[in-house]
Amino acid sequence: MEIHIAGENALIIYFGEQTSPEVSVQVQQAEVLLRQSLGDVLVDLVPSYASLLVIFDVYRCDHLHVRQIIGSTLTDLSDATASEGRLVTLPVYYGSDAGPDLESLAQRAGLTVAEVIDLHAGMEYRVYAIGFAPGFAYLGEVDERIAAPRLSTPRQKVPRGAVAIADRQTAVYPAESPGGWNLIGLCPQRMFDPEAEPTMPVQVGDRVKFNPIDKSEFLVLGGELPGEIV
Amino acid sequence: MTATNASPLTGFKVMKPGILALIQDAGRFGCHGIGLTTGGPLDPLAFQWANRLCGNDLAATAIEISIGGLVLEASVNTRVAVTGAEMPLKINGQEQPLWQSHEVKPGDIIELGFVTKGVRAYLAVVGGFVIEPQFGSTATVVREGLGGFNGDRLQANDMLPCVEAHEGDCLRLPEEFRPEYGSEAHCRVIPGYQQKAFSRFQQRMFFSSHYLVSDRCDRMGYRLEGPNIKPSIDGILSEGICLGAIQVPADGQPIVLLNDRQTIGGYPKIGSVFSADIAKLAQLPAGALVSFEPITIDCAHNELCLLRSRFERAETAPC
Repeated sequence: MEIHIAGENALIIYFGEQTSPEVSVQVQQAEVLLRQSLGDVLVDLVPSYASLLVIFDVYRCDHLHVRQIIGSTLTDLSDATASEGRLVTLPVYYGSDAGPDLESLAQRAGLTVAEVIDLHAGMEYRVYAIGFAPGFAYLGEVDERIAAPRLSTPRQKVPRGAVAIADRQTAVYPAESPGGWNLIGLCPQRMFDPEAEPTMPVQVGDRVKFNPIDKSEFLVLGGELPGEIV
Repeated sequence: MTATNASPLTGFKVMKPGILALIQDAGRFGCHGIGLTTGGPLDPLAFQWANRLCGNDLAATAIEISIGGLVLEASVNTRVAVTGAEMPLKINGQEQPLWQSHEVKPGDIIELGFVTKGVRAYLAVVGGFVIEPQFGSTATVVREGLGGFNGDRLQANDMLPCVEAHEGDCLRLPEEFRPEYGSEAHCRVIPGYQQKAFSRFQQRMFFSSHYLVSDRCDRMGYRLEGPNIKPSIDGILSEGICLGAIQVPADGQPIVLLNDRQTIGGYPKIGSVFSADIAKLAQLPAGALVSFEPITIDCAHNELCLLRSRFERAETAPC
């Protein structure tokens, strides 16, 4: 574990150089423990793949004291056991009218479309981080055979619910936004709803599995086809 | 001061929204875990002064006006104060000074012209605007569709509710306490994050060069133009980004990330701009000059405490 300065009121803790389920569990545990031990000195925490950003109140505490608390709080993380997160199943309609990059991704991988779907839906993913935009959950890792680099020119508009792959990460776009990931399907479930409780169906540490559905099920579940995705 | 409950029908009506007017409180904190950014005023000192001149809590909901053009019509008796960038203020066609509170009555027209120095001004009202918070804050983040009115910038005919305030004195801030808005910013930087991925030569280049604010400058971040700096790594595992972080994408042109920044990202960062200087940067228009200087985190901490005590000691004067 290494602690670096991030800004005048922020330290970042690195738990490893690469990510893995074990490192991710450490991040998650540290988040829970530090929320308790820092109390009202804490402004916010940002957990990610292998790091935890700790933002503190500079008028209540200074960076040396925060370091000290981090050091004394996170003493036995190495013994962390991988806690099993909740399993969340998300329905996905895979199809070229829902995922305009599905066929090109299959071609590049030397697979059929059906094989790509089987590989994507056949794995259980871990929620490594939430960020970039409200409710955007980074899931990993997809089978190496369907890993795909980001598009060289990002799309101006990716529809809400788009299921996408970038390198070995996959995600569901929680809202319409620009984006450079490869789109392979659509999920009818809202990933972020400010009015709902909870606002998100998943949290960091959860496991996610995609369940293939056909177009009619997708529409029954409230999904909307966004028209042509360019 | 006597204050009655705000009715949704009394307050201020937006006649013209101008270039960009946003409802802001101090910001949305504690929600990074679900990917929400903070929002809040880009120039917190000016924002706090606007509230203080109205006798408010320093975090009360006010309006951040970028560049200008906002016109409001009052339907209450209250006081308003405008602080920040030099943006001509007229009440019923009469020019009025910034950095002080003014009485307004139903039917009064409050008009903000276009900035002559700086970019953002703050308009506060006694008691703050009464807006329903989302995730604990009224701060508008348009990219997230949260805060303010339907998560959007102010539009013509929006109704901004506030309480009636019949009694109370108008206050002004003496000139010696007002910040100056210049045409360049010298930003102190707390080196950190992937600082070590920038060679000594690259760091020296960054800290001794001048950069220009590019056209791509908004509440999310200020992209700068100048000498390329190259870290020894292309990207990193995505990680949390704090306010003022200076990220360097593959093109070598630094971006200073501001209040509406994404919460995590994968570009190397050389450090973070000191918050008091972020406000100076965010008051610059495209084309302005920016330079950087490294300081220690201890120095930044001391300076923050000094600035706070200066703010607390500054005394307002009756008008």
